[in-house]
Amino acid sequence: MDIFNLVKIAYKALLRNKTRAMLTMLGIIIGITSVIVMVNLGQSSTHSINDQISSMGTNLITISRVSQRQGGVNIGSGDAQTLVNKDVDAILSKVKYVSEATPVVSASGQLVNGAHNWPGIIQGGNIDLLKIRKLGLARGSNFTKQDIKSAAKVCIVGKTVVDNLFPDDKNPIGKNIRIDRIPLKIIGILESKGQNQMGQDQDDIVIAPYSTVQKRFLGINYIHTIMASANSENVAILAAEEIESILRKEHKLKTEQENDFQVRTQQEILEMTSSITGLLTILLVAIASISLVVGGIGIMNIMYVTVTERTKEIGLRMSIGAQNKDILFQFLYESIILCLIGGIIGIILGLALSHIIAGALSWPFIVSLPAVGISFLVCTVTGIFFGWYPAKKAASLDPITALRYE
Amino acid sequence: MGEIIKIKELRRTFQMGNEEIHALKGISFGISEGEFVSIMGSSGGGKSTLLNILGCLDRPTSGEYYIDGISISKRTRAELATLRNRKIGFIFQSYNLLARTTALENVELPLLYNNTLSSKERKERAMHALSQVGLQDRMEHMPNQLSGGQQQRVAIARALVNDPVILLADEATGNLDTRTSYEIMSLFQKLNLKGKTIAFVTHEPDIATFTNRIIQLRDGHIIKDTEVEPKLASEMLVGLPQNEDY
Repeated sequence: MDIFNLVKIAYKALLRNKTRAMLTMLGIIIGITSVIVMVNLGQSSTHSINDQISSMGTNLITISRVSQRQGGVNIGSGDAQTLVNKDVDAILSKVKYVSEATPVVSASGQLVNGAHNWPGIIQGGNIDLLKIRKLGLARGSNFTKQDIKSAAKVCIVGKTVVDNLFPDDKNPIGKNIRIDRIPLKIIGILESKGQNQMGQDQDDIVIAPYSTVQKRFLGINYIHTIMASANSENVAILAAEEIESILRKEHKLKTEQENDFQVRTQQEILEMTSSITGLLTILLVAIASISLVVGGIGIMNIMYVTVTERTKEIGLRMSIGAQNKDILFQFLYESIILCLIGGIIGIILGLALSHIIAGALSWPFIVSLPAVGISFLVCTVTGIFFGWYPAKKAASLDPITALRYE
Repeated sequence: MGEIIKIKELRRTFQMGNEEIHALKGISFGISEGEFVSIMGSSGGGKSTLLNILGCLDRPTSGEYYIDGISISKRTRAELATLRNRKIGFIFQSYNLLARTTALENVELPLLYNNTLSSKERKERAMHALSQVGLQDRMEHMPNQLSGGQQQRVAIARALVNDPVILLADEATGNLDTRTSYEIMSLFQKLNLKGKTIAFVTHEPDIATFTNRIIQLRDGHIIKDTEVEPKLASEMLVGLPQNEDY
């Protein structure tokens, strides 16, 4: 018998049991929907994180300390004192592809204003820190070179800090906040940036001259990281290479010695996060696939019930001339049709759902065509795989026994 | 008149655990074109076994069986299926119609397993078969909208649709009341008059009187094979009281 006839027979058989067909399909619908949603949202979030990182400037270069070994003991990067202010000067004077650079030191402490307090992070840099980090001032002004020289007790605060420490005052410029009992005068308020994609509040920050943080809070003379801006995105890699060779000279490292610092361009960070989100997407899809397998098992279960229930019909079909393979393919097609229709509904639902979710999270909505294609393939394969054994069972029935079956 | 069915020394043995059951113990007979044969016998006499073999659903343990000149021994399952499709029309006691499927589609069913027909031809032949059994007005009815007698007529139309060389009926009137049984037998007689060969398995002697040859089986042997002058079912119907609920 030709395929067209068999598909027609299978389709008609399914129509005779609409409710059951719908319920069976539900498993596949849920499975495919969740796979599509996971793939699409995974891609959307990757896209959105990439946008975010790019918005921080693709010419940003970060130099951080790496762990040092002292006589074979790894002392970790936390205690490493390999970066100093002098390194920043060296980069600024000797690297031709770098336009700005700043030392960065961070401390954390409880921020206090009268009865209000808030746990905060205070980041110290030079006057170019705002420019390098692409932060804008909503009010007030940046600190000056003089402030840095004198380790002035001034700071620039983010919106979250203002909201928590000055709930009734929208313009606290000139007021003092205390951090670890040290009073800092607010001279500027940052433009609000909101949360980043990792859920971090970018407005929860206090910025001060690096010398202030070094001397008054931490009591150190080394720095944590160096942030630098390359002249343009195109020369970021060149700049990074140059920085590396100059810092090696500055640190008097011998050729066989490893770097005691690490230079990262924003592009490398981009690649790193991409690989992390990619991994996360794969994980989510793997979990969603489990529901697809469960749906497939549902199909198999129903097909077994169907074969038993329709034993007499199978006997009749055999008695009027259906061959074993006709019966086999009829049931196989029934299962494939169930899976394919379920798959199409699942794809539509999945796309609709990811459109809504992406919209709610203001992520870009990206349709992953390979995911749709693979879903189709998976549906067919699921139909064949889980329909095969019940169909085989049906086809191997003895017509006489099947006809007498009650 | 050619022989449609020819069997020689037909034996069928079933293995039940350690015991061998001889359902058919070497029977021989032939059925010629245009005959209306009833196969009678008590239950366990081998009727069903014989019918299964005649219907190419089962193969004999030994002996020869030719249908329309074709030997069925050494045929594969697929070849037997094709033989059933082209040469045989089955009619069952419980009609075996597909539920929620119209009369027309039920009748079309055997043609779906025949590649050589277009869907238009299929429909025409199914319609023709239905009008042969007097159901031309009920083509779009579902089985549950038809009476028992009408359902059996649909089943007969389904058996006729492939233009088989023989109709095999298995207790085809077993589920019907006397009046409807006679109506069905009258239909069979009409078909027989038009030249259809029919083998009718039954255990009811009064049904067998409508056929023109009675083969009696007992314990796997033919104990009687007689030609008879059939009563006319249409005449018998006149004598029956009208069913009040009909």
